[in-house]
Amino acid sequence: MSTLIEAENLTRILPAIVPVTLVRDVSLMVSEQEFIAITGPSGSGKSSLLYLLGLLDRPTSGTLRIEGRDTSQLDDDELARLRLESLGFVFQFHFLLPEFSVLKNVELPMRKAGRLSASQMSERAAGLLEDLGLAGHLDKRPDQLSGGQRQRVAVARALANDPQVVLADEPTGSLDSKSSEQVFTILKDLVKKRGKTVIAVTHDMDIAARVDRRIHLVDGKVVSDERVAQAAV
Amino acid sequence: MRVILELALTHIAGRGRQTLVAILGVALGVGFSIAMAALMQGTEKDFIAQLVDTMPHVQISDERRTPRRQPAEDLFPAARFEGLRPKEDRRGILNPAAAVASLRSWIPGRMAQSLRTQGVIRYAGRDVGVSVIGIEPEIEAQVSSVAGDFVEGSFDSLRAGGNNIVLGDTLANRLGASVGTTVQLVSPTGQSRGFKIVGLFHTGNNARDEGETYVLLKNAQILSERPNAINDIRLRLDNPEAAPRVARQIEAELGYKAVPWQEANESLLEALVVRNVVMYTVVGAILLVAGFGIYNIISTITHEKARDIAILKSLGFTQGNMRSLFLIEGLALGLGGSIVGWLIGFLLCFTLSQIEFKISGAAVGREITNLPLYWTPWHYAIASAFALVSSGVAGYLPARQAARLNPVDIIRGAT
Repeated sequence: MSTLIEAENLTRILPAIVPVTLVRDVSLMVSEQEFIAITGPSGSGKSSLLYLLGLLDRPTSGTLRIEGRDTSQLDDDELARLRLESLGFVFQFHFLLPEFSVLKNVELPMRKAGRLSASQMSERAAGLLEDLGLAGHLDKRPDQLSGGQRQRVAVARALANDPQVVLADEPTGSLDSKSSEQVFTILKDLVKKRGKTVIAVTHDMDIAARVDRRIHLVDGKVVSDERVAQAAV
Repeated sequence: MRVILELALTHIAGRGRQTLVAILGVALGVGFSIAMAALMQGTEKDFIAQLVDTMPHVQISDERRTPRRQPAEDLFPAARFEGLRPKEDRRGILNPAAAVASLRSWIPGRMAQSLRTQGVIRYAGRDVGVSVIGIEPEIEAQVSSVAGDFVEGSFDSLRAGGNNIVLGDTLANRLGASVGTTVQLVSPTGQSRGFKIVGLFHTGNNARDEGETYVLLKNAQILSERPNAINDIRLRLDNPEAAPRVARQIEAELGYKAVPWQEANESLLEALVVRNVVMYTVVGAILLVAGFGIYNIISTITHEKARDIAILKSLGFTQGNMRSLFLIEGLALGLGGSIVGWLIGFLLCFTLSQIEFKISGAAVGREITNLPLYWTPWHYAIASAFALVSSGVAGYLPARQAARLNPVDIIRGAT
């Protein structure tokens, strides 16, 4: 299995009068087709680490290689390009654009990438949404959907440009248990059926118990990084 | 990029009322500045047209701009004369026939020569000082605007045998005289003749209606005891704008002072420049205020759409994309405002041009006037260019801020 993300001594310090260390000296390797949960108490820096891995934030020190490229050498536009093509995001709140239909929301990253024709884009977006059980909702606006449905739209959007890695920040954090289960199943299928790598920040221990690999953070430091036997899934 | 355009239009459309207010702000600015510019330039052109119409375009008199050079100065480079008393010279323009003939050969327009002198009209025990202008009626009619202002008679009436005079109606009223009355005209040299009034004119200019009289050139020369003299040549050019150039050439040729209408009305024209500065300042201020309206709405949108910015950036849209997104929103408001503004400006101009008003007062030639409006596409272009630039700037400032937003800050704030 090839390495997708390679982090070495990542540290993120918020510059302030009293500097706050969000992430402290984290090193980790992420390979293809892994389902990773980042856990830890509130304020342990798990989201901050995810933003660093997702190139939304730059580390204060340390190096981060994505698909072999050293990200510290890239400017903001190149990072945006890498985000667009290699990474997909799902946040705790769906973060869909409220004025656009579900279909348009999913098309958005494809339109930015500009590789497909208009009809190919809507075909692909519709396909992704149908796979996630949203066939009848393509033309609805996000506020006409339930929380679980919106989160599934967000997953479809994350997959729009077929990235290798999907990063999820508390993807089930604002959902009821039934919807959580659905979303979790979808994320798991991304790994098992589509061969993606999913890194999810979660404080839901039930979910954390069912992934391939758990990284536990305390005060911005990795205190444990354990692989769970496949049988447990 | 089409996605950005679509996002921008969606943002704007999503805020119906505010968008309408911002567009109206720009539109009113554009509309009023178009109407104001049309009115200001219209009145200016009308004013200059009247000025050019009533005045000779170039007036040549028997004066010189600098004292005549003394022969000794020509002979000896070291010689200087200052404060010499000018020689008594009442001959007027030297050799007028030759001067007129040489001018006639190249002047692009018409010309009339005359003798201008002072006199006193004496009638019914009243003395009124007037300027007496000796003219040749058929030539004068081509050059002078007075020819079109006759209430009774005309310049040609002067020819009808005997000593005849034409004067302004206000003057006639003051004297209590009318057409057919014979008045005494006394010249500075003491000559006194009876002149019969054969015509009255009304120019609308009080100074002229009260103080100008016309007689035949010959009569004026006799009155002032200056046979064959001419001291005033007036030109009416085909192109009034050429006056300064023609005047310079005449001065070089004849040596006499030739005053173009622009020089004669320098202070008035300067006042027009000041007026224009005032106008453009006011118009600029209106559009600037409209610009602030745009700034306000765009910066509200960027604040409200901070989440969208974070989402789009996390999806892989660049800072440049975000900048152009909000810049386009500003420009779209500016463009929308410009187009509505053109309509408002056009309607305002149309309405203003329909207004008729009466100017009260006896001393006015035309009784009913319309506002003079000057129509040019330039006003429309300049107003909307200014609106677009100010809305571009108004959009750019918040756009730059939006582009710099760190998505992590917003996502953190939301979770």
